[in-house]
Amino acid sequence: MIREFAEPAAFTNGRSIATDSIPVLTLEVFQTAILDAVAQGQRVAAMFGAAGARSEAIELYVILADDGENSLGAARTTIASDAFPSLTPRCPQVHLFEREIAEQFGLCPTGHPWLKPVRFRRSWTRRDAWNRAPEQAIVPGVSDFYRVDGEEIHEVAVGPVHAGVIEPGHFRFQCHGEQVFHLEIALGYQHRGVEEAMIGGPTARSIHYAETLAGDTTIAHATAYCQAVEALANCQKTARAQALRGVALELERLANHVGDLGALAGDVGFLPTASYCGRIRGDFLNMTALLCGSRFGRGMVRPGGVAFDVDDARVADLLKRLDAAEKDTAIAVNLLWDTPSVMARFEDIGPLPRQIAADLGIVGPAARASGLARDVRRDQPSGIFRFAQIPVSTYETGDVFARAYIRWLEIQQSGEFIRGQLAAIPSGAVRVPVPAMAPNHLVVALDEGWRGEVCHVAITDGEGRFGRYKVVDPSFHNWTGLAYVLRNQQISDFPVCNKSFNLSYCGHDL
Amino acid sequence: MFEVIAARWQQGHRTTKYPDGPAPPMPDRFRGRLVIDVAKCTDGCRTCLQACPTAAVSLTDKLRIDLGRCLFCAECVAACPQQAITHTNEYRLAAGRRADLVVGHDDRDLHLAAAMDAKLMKLFGRSLKLRQVSAGGCNACEADVNVLGTVGWDLGRFGIQMVASPRHADGLLITGAVSRNMELALRKTYDAVAGPKIVIAVGACAISGGPYIGHDQVLGGGDAVVPVDLYIPGCPPHPLTILDGLLRLLGRIESGERLLR
Repeated sequence: MIREFAEPAAFTNGRSIATDSIPVLTLEVFQTAILDAVAQGQRVAAMFGAAGARSEAIELYVILADDGENSLGAARTTIASDAFPSLTPRCPQVHLFEREIAEQFGLCPTGHPWLKPVRFRRSWTRRDAWNRAPEQAIVPGVSDFYRVDGEEIHEVAVGPVHAGVIEPGHFRFQCHGEQVFHLEIALGYQHRGVEEAMIGGPTARSIHYAETLAGDTTIAHATAYCQAVEALANCQKTARAQALRGVALELERLANHVGDLGALAGDVGFLPTASYCGRIRGDFLNMTALLCGSRFGRGMVRPGGVAFDVDDARVADLLKRLDAAEKDTAIAVNLLWDTPSVMARFEDIGPLPRQIAADLGIVGPAARASGLARDVRRDQPSGIFRFAQIPVSTYETGDVFARAYIRWLEIQQSGEFIRGQLAAIPSGAVRVPVPAMAPNHLVVALDEGWRGEVCHVAITDGEGRFGRYKVVDPSFHNWTGLAYVLRNQQISDFPVCNKSFNLSYCGHDL
Repeated sequence: MFEVIAARWQQGHRTTKYPDGPAPPMPDRFRGRLVIDVAKCTDGCRTCLQACPTAAVSLTDKLRIDLGRCLFCAECVAACPQQAITHTNEYRLAAGRRADLVVGHDDRDLHLAAAMDAKLMKLFGRSLKLRQVSAGGCNACEADVNVLGTVGWDLGRFGIQMVASPRHADGLLITGAVSRNMELALRKTYDAVAGPKIVIAVGACAISGGPYIGHDQVLGGGDAVVPVDLYIPGCPPHPLTILDGLLRLLGRIESGERLLR
């Protein structure tokens, strides 16, 4: 009967609960609860530290997603010392969360198999998990890297400044000729300190932090932020606002998926699709600009709803553009599947087996391409997705082709969803006032961004301000998936593998 | 093969005629250059200052807006009880001097960027190769710089190209607030470019730090590390704003042209 007290508090996406209702478990029970949940098919959506409310000790929180039951679980434990036994050897999907806890709070997860910094910054406390002196400079990327030794082994180092117009990161390949034995990815170059800047908010900047966590995921991150604020403030947004958020979210998915298919074509030297999709991506961005003036959806989603309404003329214009862009997309994308030289570079390249994807906690199209039917829109629905379901597309092979083809399937469904929403858009206001946030509450807001699960966790302090704000971009889960699929691939297939994930550096680095 | 030809026929020629033809129309809700109407700002209520997330609006002797800090969020426009601040559809924003981005209430002109001097023009006027350095932003500026390379804009027709190595480049195009973790890489990349060289800062982050102004983890823009020759405001700037800035620098658009309301 002790088990009853060991259960995480159950709640759902976008519903706040009093922090007091989250059980404080002993470390052993806390870790067992995570292992049990993962063994039953649940996922670790977030695991993070927070300054304890009543003492110097750090509290660890875990947010578990039970996709089958459409519910979430939250539990916490208190770490009184400077260390705790690492869970990673028994639960690989927490490996980066534990490294993050070590870096942010100076707590050492003892027995962690690869305890390195995540973002190369000083801890928020006076402790340091690596016992570095306060005056010792922390240089990004300067650390041990996994090495393969042997006379014919060579190492290839790339970055942080890359050849293209892309974000900075450092990649270390252990190679035998063309063959990659191991890839290690060191990030942190885009770290700008957003999580600590959120503490004490909301301020006039908070929504802008959300919109720029990952610029190509502005709508999904802004929506998650607003859902968190609205839940804590018990604010009921209108059905019209929710529909417009859904339309903006799917436009964001369309633009990025189309752009990715074009970039994948470019990486295998198939210029027709690369050229067309590069342009068509802009057509979708311009549809978002038609809604709110910004191609990236800046200013669209605001606490209490959305900042821009649509009238019949704007809806008609949007639908007309959607029809034209979808037609262009279908012609451009279907060239890929009919071209043997493209398929030869997509099929069987960079496979991510289903079980590995599950073990690593992969989310989004990358998970679905490996046969995991994971989609927040269906599994943890919020907003418009509680009323309008989008079928979850999956594929079995987990290779570059599957990750490309999943995007094509999702493009078609997003277009249908937008049409459905605009055809029957509910009447009403688009924005309502947001009251003050409740003190001492926790909320988890999940959204299915185009890369996968966007997770925001907000905990309010005694004054109803943010005491802790945790962001988990889908890239945080998925970078390890990219590193994994490079094993035993040719190094020349790195670009196409990389693009098939197309992960965010800034979303990871925060 | 026939499908490829048919697709080529169907997709047609889509490169913008700009600058020889008209610029593509801006969306009606586009938030471009801000304008202050002096007659309406009478009591100095400072509501707009409180609304601005990045302290882009300032009021000392007179009301000013620093377009280099501005996120173009229009919170100041919404906040002003007198409707003294308005957004225009004006996309032309690039300036050659940081101070030129600060626009005042009785000085309605924004001094747009002038062309490079004769020596640089001789070197770069018909072939400008840039190395892009992404340094602590959100990747939206990078995305809309990349857009200029698509068939819709075809940056190559102006002789401008993004190159893979600083050794091949005539200058840098910086995005992001310059995180501490990118300072060394930015400095090394700049040093690797052979002189004479130019630096272009794209977006609020690269000009001032943008949303991250004042954070310990960022240095507050490109000119904290390297000298900047062209500032292109926006969060992110529209591709047309970026192209306009580049073409002004190359003297392809009338230099000294001024914005009038």
